[in-house]
Amino acid sequence: MTMSLDAPDETMLQQHFDSTIAHEHRVEPRDWMPDGYRKTMIRQIAQHAHSEIIGMQPEGNWITRAPSLRRKAVLLAKVQDEAGHGMYLYSAAETLGADRADLTDKLVHGQQKYSSIFNYPTLSYADVGVIGWLVDGAAICNQVPLCRSSYGPYGRAMIRICKEESFHQRQGYELLMTMMAGTDAQRAMVQGAVDRFWWPSLMMFGPPDDASVNTEQSMAWGIKRHTNDELRQRFVDMSVPQAEKLGVRLPDPELAWNDARQHYDFGSVDWDELSAVIKGNGPCNAQRVAHRKAAHDEGAWVRDAATAYAAKTSRRLEAKT
Amino acid sequence: MTEWPLYEVFLRGKRGLNHVHVGSLHAADPEMALHHARDLYTRRNEGVSIWVVPAAMITASSPDEKDPFFAPAGDKVYRHPTFYEIPDDVPHM
Ligand SMILES: [Fe+2]
Ligand SMILES: [Fe+2]
Repeated sequence: MTMSLDAPDETMLQQHFDSTIAHEHRVEPRDWMPDGYRKTMIRQIAQHAHSEIIGMQPEGNWITRAPSLRRKAVLLAKVQDEAGHGMYLYSAAETLGADRADLTDKLVHGQQKYSSIFNYPTLSYADVGVIGWLVDGAAICNQVPLCRSSYGPYGRAMIRICKEESFHQRQGYELLMTMMAGTDAQRAMVQGAVDRFWWPSLMMFGPPDDASVNTEQSMAWGIKRHTNDELRQRFVDMSVPQAEKLGVRLPDPELAWNDARQHYDFGSVDWDELSAVIKGNGPCNAQRVAHRKAAHDEGAWVRDAATAYAAKTSRRLEAKT
Repeated sequence: MTEWPLYEVFLRGKRGLNHVHVGSLHAADPEMALHHARDLYTRRNEGVSIWVVPAAMITASSPDEKDPFFAPAGDKVYRHPTFYEIPDDVPHM
C-alpha cells in the first residue's frame, strides 16, 4: 500500500512557478512547470542544438582545403566546438523529458528547424573568416542574454558555450585581418564574403518585433531577454567599427550614424528572403538535411557494433563474478 | 537499435575541489562514457578527474517534498558560524 499524499493543486503549483520566475530564480528539471513553458523550452533548445550541429557543415566544407596547417588545426577545433555545443544543448533538452534520438529524427525529417544562416553556401576561405566574425558574432549577441535564461540547465549550457564562442569570433577576425594584409585578390575575396553574409547575419535575429509572435510570452517567462530588433541593433552597432578597422565595406547604402538615437541607422532587411529560407527554400536547405541524414545513417553500424561490444563485455563480467 | 543509456558527468576542476555536475551524454558502456566526457567536457583542461554515473542509478529528492525533506536543517541555525557572537577584538576567529 502506498501512503497517500495530498497532491498540491494546479493553482498552487502555478503560483509557485510564477513566483520563481518573478524572483528571477531558476526553474530546475524536477520542478513543476506549465506545459506551455516546457514545450516552448524544448522547441527553443532543440532548434538551438540543431543549429550548432548543422552549423558544422558550411565550415566543415573547408577543413580539407585549409591554406595552412595552423588554419586547419584552428578550423578543426572550431567545428569540434560546435559539435560540443550541440551536445550540451541536447543534454539540456533531455532534462525536460525530450528524447535525443527523437530530436535527431525530427531534424532529419524536417519537422524541427535550425538557424536560417546555415542554408547559405561557403564559396571561399574568406567565408570561414566572415562566419567567425559575423555569424559567431551575431550568435554571441543572441546568446549572452540567454545565460540568464529562467531554465537552469539551458542557462548553464549557454555559459559554457559563450566562453567558447569568443575564440570563434576572434579566429575569424584574425583570419580576415591576415587576408586584408595580403594581395588585392585576397581583399576582394573578403569583400565578396562580407557582401554575401552581411544581410543573412542580420536575419539571424529573427523577424522584426511587430511580426514576432512568441516574443511577449517568452519575455514574460524569462526565456527571452531582449527583442529581436534590440539585438539586431546591438549587432549593427558593434559590427560597423569592426568593419572600418578591417577595411571592408558593409553592403548597405543606408548605414549611417544617427546622433539623436545614438545608434546606427540601417536599411531594411529582405524579410521575404528570410521566410523563404525558413520554409526550406534557401540555397542549401535540402543539402544540409540530406548530409545530416547520411552521416546519421552511415554511422548506424558503428553504434550497433558498440552496443554489441558493450553487451558482450558485460556478459563476460557477469560470468566472472 | 536499442538506445545507449544516459550517463551524468561530474568533473573535478582542479585538485582540491569537489566533482561538480556538468551535463550528460549517451554511451554504450562506462568506458565509452568516460571517453566521450573527456572529448565533450574537457576540451580546454576543464577537469583533472571525471566521474560518469548511469543516470538511472541516481536517486534524487524531489522539489515537491522540498520543505519537509530539508526541514531538519532549516531550524538548526546553530550549525552556522554566524550563530555565535564573538567580540571583534578576538584575533584569528
Ligand atoms: Fe556554437
Ligand atoms: Fe561558434
